[in-house]
Amino acid sequence: MSVFDQDTRIVDVSTLVRLYRGMVRIRRAEERILELLLQNRLSSTMCHVSIGQEAVAVGVCDVLRPEDYVTSTHRGHGHFLARGGAMSALMAELMGRETGACRGRGSSMHLVDASIGHLGSNAIVGGHIPIATGAALWSSLTGQSRVAVSFFGDGATTEGIFHEAVNFAAVRGLPVVFVIENNHYAMSLPWERATAQPSVARKAEGYGIIGVDVDGQDVLAVREAADQAVSRARRGEGPTLLGVETYRFLGHSRGDPSTYRDREEEQRWHARDPLLLEKIRLSAAGVAGDVTESLEREIEAEIVAAMEFAEAGPIASVDEVFSDIYATPLGGDQ
Amino acid sequence: MTGTLSSARTVSFRDALREALHEEMEADESVILLGEDVGRYGGAYAVSRGLLERFGERRVIDTPMSEALIVGAALGAAMVGARPVAEIMYMDFVTLAMDNLVNQAAKVHYMFGGQFNAPLVVRVQQGTGRGAGSQHSQSLEGWFAHVPGLKVVAPSTPADAKGLLKAAIRDNDPVLFIEHKGLYPRKGAAAEVDHVVPLGVADVKRTGTDVTIVTWSNHVHIALEAAERLSADGVSVEVVDMRCLAPLDMTTVLDSAGSTRRVLVLHEACRTGGLGAEIAATVGEQLFGELAAPVRRLTAPDVVLPAHTELERTLIPDVEDVVLAVRDLLSS
Repeated sequence: MSVFDQDTRIVDVSTLVRLYRGMVRIRRAEERILELLLQNRLSSTMCHVSIGQEAVAVGVCDVLRPEDYVTSTHRGHGHFLARGGAMSALMAELMGRETGACRGRGSSMHLVDASIGHLGSNAIVGGHIPIATGAALWSSLTGQSRVAVSFFGDGATTEGIFHEAVNFAAVRGLPVVFVIENNHYAMSLPWERATAQPSVARKAEGYGIIGVDVDGQDVLAVREAADQAVSRARRGEGPTLLGVETYRFLGHSRGDPSTYRDREEEQRWHARDPLLLEKIRLSAAGVAGDVTESLEREIEAEIVAAMEFAEAGPIASVDEVFSDIYATPLGGDQ
Repeated sequence: MTGTLSSARTVSFRDALREALHEEMEADESVILLGEDVGRYGGAYAVSRGLLERFGERRVIDTPMSEALIVGAALGAAMVGARPVAEIMYMDFVTLAMDNLVNQAAKVHYMFGGQFNAPLVVRVQQGTGRGAGSQHSQSLEGWFAHVPGLKVVAPSTPADAKGLLKAAIRDNDPVLFIEHKGLYPRKGAAAEVDHVVPLGVADVKRTGTDVTIVTWSNHVHIALEAAERLSADGVSVEVVDMRCLAPLDMTTVLDSAGSTRRVLVLHEACRTGGLGAEIAATVGEQLFGELAAPVRRLTAPDVVLPAHTELERTLIPDVEDVVLAVRDLLSS
């Protein structure tokens, strides 16, 4: 555990606890969401969990300022919570309530919160990369120091829009951090069959920007790399490609038994569960077990309260289904 | 309509668009232009000429050839405070930005429960007349009018172009603003600074009593010319310029159709699934018993447009075709 001993010298214990807490919060929320899905208590059948990948969302969001922006993916519960989204808004959204993050219209894949600069989770792979880039463009044009972060999976790097957005951000030196949450499978296609250049750092060279390959199971490593990338962006030194290597412990979605993956490979990654690694680090730093037990209880209470909030809220009404198609309605609108 | 038209001054469609951009950029710091060759080159069709010199590189942004990025970044900027006007050089190239326009911009306001607006304008140029070929001539407005959340505008005159572009820039929703390539040099009455034409309101460009022609963009002028020829034979044609294609101002269409009882829908886009079908169906549903004849469509055929200018010309309804169609409608 020497590496962890070394790490504890660069961050204080409260940071270690905060990061651990952030990851447990996502894990427990998603475990509960899966139960709700199996009980048919969610308003939509679409639900993708990020269990195993929590260190990416938590490590990156930990270094952001309130005024920064994020865009996220169909697998976005973790990004939403890590960015500061309310558990109650998440649960109410998934359960189709008017009190949800999108008034019950977006469900799992379209979480959003303008008040914390969350510009939305997106169900088109790569579709939100230019949105973060555009937010960074406006930040840059108006002399603000806001940084935009776009989380997306390895699958998005083979979409054309990835190239267009990274190239544009690079040539204009925009304050955006592209976080490639590489869980090694674009649904079933393994990373090595999707790209001939698996190193994100090497990909970045082609765009003339900095790229970093990071261990995505180690929340401190993610946080450190993100801190450097976000700081560069804030100083006006342009975008970074952050290649964060992680693993989705479950299938792509409920109906996916992951037959395309090797069980030994899965076990190797499970042994590097980001929560487990951070718990070992906490122990090495002398954090007592009652601290972690206590935060588990707090999180359980938060989830229970969020579900009660959700269930108490009005179900999204069909009477409202035509409202907000346009922000500026016209006389001729339906 | 608000504002004033100048009786003394005429201006081209191209210059009217530039006036709108210039005035809105003067009035609102959050209005920016971005696209391919919009700055130093002045726009492929010279609409933004001089704006880089006037407003600088911070507000007039030459982008790489990346249509998806142009619309996607315009949307991102729009969500956090900008009012971007993106230019896509040809309507045909909007196919490269379909996700950004259709899945993203059109959905932002509704899908996110009203938390974000998408106040962006995407200016595109389309249409035939220059032998530009299969990939530079298509009229694709019907695709976008089919997407709830988008507004689609297609003006025919310099005054409308200016007033509608100003309205589009001020609007809080994504607007696809369609300019026909044949209209740029066309002159008309100039509009002054306060001239803003509300979106979603059609305009009767000529009043008449025998037949209603419903059309938009460049074909308004073909309809007006045909109406003039027919008037010499005592046929009175009303020409309704839709101006805005989403939402459609069917009230104006139905009012006109109810009084003339004969309707010709005219457009340059090909026939199947075109907006003419939508308009004809709605008129039929609403006024079936009152019409003197079935609603008729006159459109381009369902064909891939050739680059050969003579072949192209034969495929697009012209004044003679409109005159014949109106006579046919009157005799049925």
